[in-house]
Amino acid sequence: MYKRDLEHIPSGCAISGILNRKGKRIDGRKIIKSIALMHDRSNGLGGGFAAYGIYPKYKDYYAFHVMIDDEESRNRFECYVNQHFTVEHDEKIPTAKVNGIHNPPILARYFVKVGEGKLEDAGIAEEDYVVRQVMHVNSNIPGAFISSSGKNMGGFKGVGYPEDIAKFFKLEDYNAYLWTSHGRFPTNTPGWWGGAHPMTLLDWSVVHNGEISSYGINKRYLEMFGYKMELMTDTEVIAYLFDLLVRRHKLPIRIATAALAPPFWKDIDAMPEPQRKAYTAIRSVYGGALMNGPFSILVGFTGGMIGLNDRIKLRPMIAAEKGDFMYMASEEAGIRVIEPEPEKVWAPKAGVPTIGLLDEGVEL
Amino acid sequence: MTKIDATDMLYRDLNNRIHTLADRGEKHIELRNVCGQKFIGDALKGDVKIDIYGIPGNDLAAFMDGPEIEVHSNGQDGIGNTMNAGKVIVHGHAGDVIGYAMRGGKIFVRGDVGYRVGIHMKSYKDNVPYIVIGGCASNFFGEYMAGGVMVLLGINGDDSPIAGDYVGSGMHGGVMYIRGDIEDRYLGREVKKLELDAEDHRRLSELVREYCAHFGCDYDEIMAKKFIKLAPKSHRPYGNLYAH
Repeated sequence: MYKRDLEHIPSGCAISGILNRKGKRIDGRKIIKSIALMHDRSNGLGGGFAAYGIYPKYKDYYAFHVMIDDEESRNRFECYVNQHFTVEHDEKIPTAKVNGIHNPPILARYFVKVGEGKLEDAGIAEEDYVVRQVMHVNSNIPGAFISSSGKNMGGFKGVGYPEDIAKFFKLEDYNAYLWTSHGRFPTNTPGWWGGAHPMTLLDWSVVHNGEISSYGINKRYLEMFGYKMELMTDTEVIAYLFDLLVRRHKLPIRIATAALAPPFWKDIDAMPEPQRKAYTAIRSVYGGALMNGPFSILVGFTGGMIGLNDRIKLRPMIAAEKGDFMYMASEEAGIRVIEPEPEKVWAPKAGVPTIGLLDEGVEL
Repeated sequence: MTKIDATDMLYRDLNNRIHTLADRGEKHIELRNVCGQKFIGDALKGDVKIDIYGIPGNDLAAFMDGPEIEVHSNGQDGIGNTMNAGKVIVHGHAGDVIGYAMRGGKIFVRGDVGYRVGIHMKSYKDNVPYIVIGGCASNFFGEYMAGGVMVLLGINGDDSPIAGDYVGSGMHGGVMYIRGDIEDRYLGREVKKLELDAEDHRRLSELVREYCAHFGCDYDEIMAKKFIKLAPKSHRPYGNLYAH
């Protein structure tokens, strides 16, 4: 113990993402290689991946990835999910025995639809209904936790190094047009299976290096809109803020990111009048959504990937392009290891989103 | 000369190899297929030259004390962290916090650099660190700078500001030479703009010549544009902060 206390672990989270703009799906090997290269940025207390386009057979169904403690919890969860959804198919998530991955929960997935009549009863939009049920399960059903809930996508995460988590979930067997990944070095919050990244809701997924020191303000703000923060980690507010601002309030991505990481007032004051008015309005209306503290994040969704840094750039981020592929990672080496000769490599500016979107008309 | 193929090598193994070779008196090491290995050249002493092909990981040349490292590609974050002596030459761009708390030696970067370059550089008597950047820098260039010399050339820069915002924020020692101008609103409160004097010109031209020698650029073309000098208003800007 004594020696261990003196040991210095030089680390600080790693993120990586790959998008194919044409929707071409690639298996998990590249994203694994990229995040594994940055192994030393994490400390084995969390690793995870988000993958989009992996369930074409069930693409119209919400794919619930569920972490379950025991059979009793499973019964409680299944009872609830059957009451509120029509389950088309359910199965164990395939896993492999891997050294370094200990005590995994029961891992299962459920492909569900919102049954007829449910929405009239609830009087809300379908996605709001799904959000409400996910929040209910994660808050009120002991021993069950929905770790991802989007269509044709999934989050795979747990306690361990990311490359071991990938082996555990056999991610080389999945094909996705968008992959994001995370190697965790938890600072203020416990390293537990649900606390690993990505944090997801519907098709939003977030991998995050840093910490959100405005967590308390963001949490109270989100609670006003019915979100419940249950995961003991700051990152979950990011996923819910994107859901609120982009899906529910229908803000364009650049306006949403301007609310989350807005220009400083001194810079707003120096803007031409129309811009000054617009940014003043954004900061006034969405003050509770402003994210402070050091962060670099990758946000995945069905339509693409967003990279964003805090406003004074306290965390690393590099982006690159080659052909139809777009890459973002904590380190340039994490990109070069899978794409040695990118056509373009650049360092995104603080507070300015780097947005990669699927080309228009791409069929998934 | 010793060549090392760094493919899939762990950073510890690679750095142990380099230190062992240098201890045995090797004067020239060439690293091929480097990809993200951290701490290359850290705390290395002597007059060994290291050529790096591929992307070296963070904290390249940290605490380095004498050697020369030439990176024939881009660099990452934290190059020359608390470096004491020697030289780093980067042919591509480099990331954030280059030259953090650097105390001596020289860093030359041909391309752009990221945030907080030269943060808290310092100098004492003859031990003066130098950083020369060929491209543009992002915000907080020379933040809390306490000594040393930085040159920012802004070659091939587009219309974006040459040095971002908060230039020299908290600066209380050293000097910066910027090729072109910076709007006052982008300067830290502790910095003032000055004309270069004869001594400045001598120092600047020496550094630019050295930059041109490394990267094959035209000295006259670079020097044809006017430079400004940035220096701290006070060497103790917060001296009275808690005094009464």
